[in-house]
Amino acid sequence: MSISIHASSTSESLPQASFTAAPSRSLWQDAGRRLWRNKAAVASLCFIVALVAIALLAPWIAPYPYDKVDFDAITEPPSPAHWLGTDSLGRDVLSRLMYGARVSLSVSIVAQIVILLIGVPIGLISAYYGGWVDTLIQRAIDILYAFPSLLFIIVVVTYLKAVLKSGTDPVMMSLSSINQATGGLMGIFIALALVFWLTVSRLVRGQVLSLKAKEFIEAAYAVGVPNHRVILRHILPNTLAPIIIAATFAIPIAITLEAGLSFLGLGVVPPVPSWGMMIAEGITNIRSYPHLLLASGTVLSLTLLAFNFLGDGLRDAFDPSARL
Amino acid sequence: MTAFIVRRILLLVPSMLIVFTITFLLMHATPGGPWDRNERPLPQNVIETLNAKYGLDEPLSTQYWIFLSDILHGDFGQSYSHYGQDVSTIIISFFPVSLQLGSVAMLVALLLGIGLGLVSALNHNTFADYLASFFSVVGVSTPNYVVATILIIVFSIYLGWLPTGGWDGVLSNKMIIPVIALALGPMALIARYTRSSVLDVLQHDYIRTAHAKGLKEHNLIIRHALRNGLIPVATVAGIAFAEIVTGSFFVESVTAVPGIGRYFVTSIAGRDYPVIIGTTLLFAAIVMLMNLLVDIAYVYLDPRVQYK
Repeated sequence: MSISIHASSTSESLPQASFTAAPSRSLWQDAGRRLWRNKAAVASLCFIVALVAIALLAPWIAPYPYDKVDFDAITEPPSPAHWLGTDSLGRDVLSRLMYGARVSLSVSIVAQIVILLIGVPIGLISAYYGGWVDTLIQRAIDILYAFPSLLFIIVVVTYLKAVLKSGTDPVMMSLSSINQATGGLMGIFIALALVFWLTVSRLVRGQVLSLKAKEFIEAAYAVGVPNHRVILRHILPNTLAPIIIAATFAIPIAITLEAGLSFLGLGVVPPVPSWGMMIAEGITNIRSYPHLLLASGTVLSLTLLAFNFLGDGLRDAFDPSARL
Repeated sequence: MTAFIVRRILLLVPSMLIVFTITFLLMHATPGGPWDRNERPLPQNVIETLNAKYGLDEPLSTQYWIFLSDILHGDFGQSYSHYGQDVSTIIISFFPVSLQLGSVAMLVALLLGIGLGLVSALNHNTFADYLASFFSVVGVSTPNYVVATILIIVFSIYLGWLPTGGWDGVLSNKMIIPVIALALGPMALIARYTRSSVLDVLQHDYIRTAHAKGLKEHNLIIRHALRNGLIPVATVAGIAFAEIVTGSFFVESVTAVPGIGRYFVTSIAGRDYPVIIGTTLLFAAIVMLMNLLVDIAYVYLDPRVQYK
C-alpha cells in the first residue's frame, strides 16, 4: 500500500503504475466510505443523532414540562396547541415522548457501557490465558446462559427496585439517590448488564482466540513486547469492529426490554415518562383514544428500526463479504 | 455422540440447582413478603399463623433444604395467593396453552421466515429482496404487544372479522392474532438467517457443478442449497422457540390468552414464592432442553460436526 504514494506522484510518466495506485486507507476509513454509501444506514444515523439531540435538549425544546397536568385538556386528539394530543391527565404527548427519549437512550447507552466493561475484560482474560481459567469462565457462562433471560431480568429488577427503595446504610442511600436521579432506571441498567455481558464476552473470546493464532501477534512477542501491551495495543483494537456492531444490535434489544418492563410496571417511576409506559397507557385506552398508542408505538418502532438498519450497515461496512 | 448427550443431560442437574438457588436467594432477599397488603394490612397474628403454615418462620437455610427436597420429590408446593392450588396443578392447566400457542407461532415463523429468506436470496439485490429485507427489519423492530394491539384494532374492532381475545384451542380463529403477533419477530430473524446462509451456499462450487450437469432449478434449490443453508437457521430456531414460549406473557395479557406467563408476572409482584420457583424452573428447563436439541440436531444436519 505504501507504494501508492510514489505511484500517484509519478503516474504521469509511468502509466502502468496506476494498477497499484489505490490510495492507502485504513480498515476504518474503508468501512466509513462503505457505510456512507449505504443510504438506509446514513438515514438511520441521522435519525439517531437527531433523537440524541432531542433527548439532550428536551428541557428547552419541549413545548410543555413532561409532568404538567391540564385537566381542561384531557385525552385531546392532536391539535395546534398539542401536536400529538394529550394523555389521560392532560399532559402533552409530544413533550413526554421527547423526555421519554432520555430514558430509552440512557438505557441503551449506559447499559451498553456497563455491559462492555464487564464483558470485554472477561472475554479477553478467558481467551488470552486459556487453560483452567478459560474452562472455569466458560462453564459459568454456560450455566448463566440457561437462565431464561427475561424472567431473570424481571426478578433482578424487582429485587433492586425494592432494595434501593428501602436501603438504610450509607452505600445504599447513595445508590438510592443515583437511582432517584435516573428516574428509577438503575435496576434496569444492572439487570441488563448482568444478562448481556455473556454474549459480549463470548464474542470477544472468539475474536481473541482467532487473533492469537495470527502472525503479527507472534511477531509482537518475538520482538519482546510485554503481555499487557500485546493485549492492549495489538489484540483489543482488532476486536473493536465486531464489538461495535454487536453493541449496535444490542441497543434495540435493551430499548425493547426497558419498554417491556415499563409496560409491566417495573420500569421508571412515574411521572418520569418512558415510551414503554406510554405504550402501556395507549393499549389500555386504545378503543377511545388511539392517538396515544399511535404516537408512542411509532416512535419506538422507528427508533428500533434505525438502530437495526445502522447495525446492518456497520456489519456490511466492516465485512463486505458478509452481504455478498 | 451418546456420551456427549449423556454428559449434557447430567450437566442439566447442577445447572437447574444453580437456577433454583439464585432464584431462591434473590426472592428472599427482595424486601416485601407474600402477606403485604397495601390498603388493609393483615393483623400480626394472622401473618404469624400464615408464616408458620407455609414454613416461612424457619431459618432461611432450613427453608432452602425443605423447598429443595420437596421439589426433588416432585412437590412444588402450594400457591400463596391462589389459595389451595398446587403449583404443579397451575403449571399443568396453563402451560399447555402457552406451549400450543408457542408451537403454532413457531411453525408459522419457520414456514414464512424460510420462504421470505429464500425469496430474498434467490432474487438477490432486486426489489423483492429489498422489500423482504425491509419487512424483516420491521418485524424485528416492533414489540409483539404493539403488533397484537394493532391487529386487534384493525381486525377485531374496525373490521370485526376476528374476536378480540380469549382461547378456544388451536383450531379456533381466536388463535390468529396472538399467533401472528408472536410469530412476527422470530419470522423476521429466521428470514435474515436464511437469506445470508443461502446466499453463502449459492457461491459454492458444488452448486455450480449441479447447474452444469443440468439439474432442474427447483431441485437444486431444495436438495442442495436449502438443505445446507438451513443449518444455521436450526440454531436460531431452537433458541427462538424457547424465547417465544418463555416470553409470551406480553401477548397473552393483551389478547387475554390464559397462559402460564400471566402467573409468572403476578407471582413476582405478589411474592408468591412457590409459583416463582416453579415457573422459573420450568422455563429454565425449556431453554436448556432447546439448547441441547439444537446441538444434537447439528450432528444430523452437518455430518462434519462431531462431539467428543
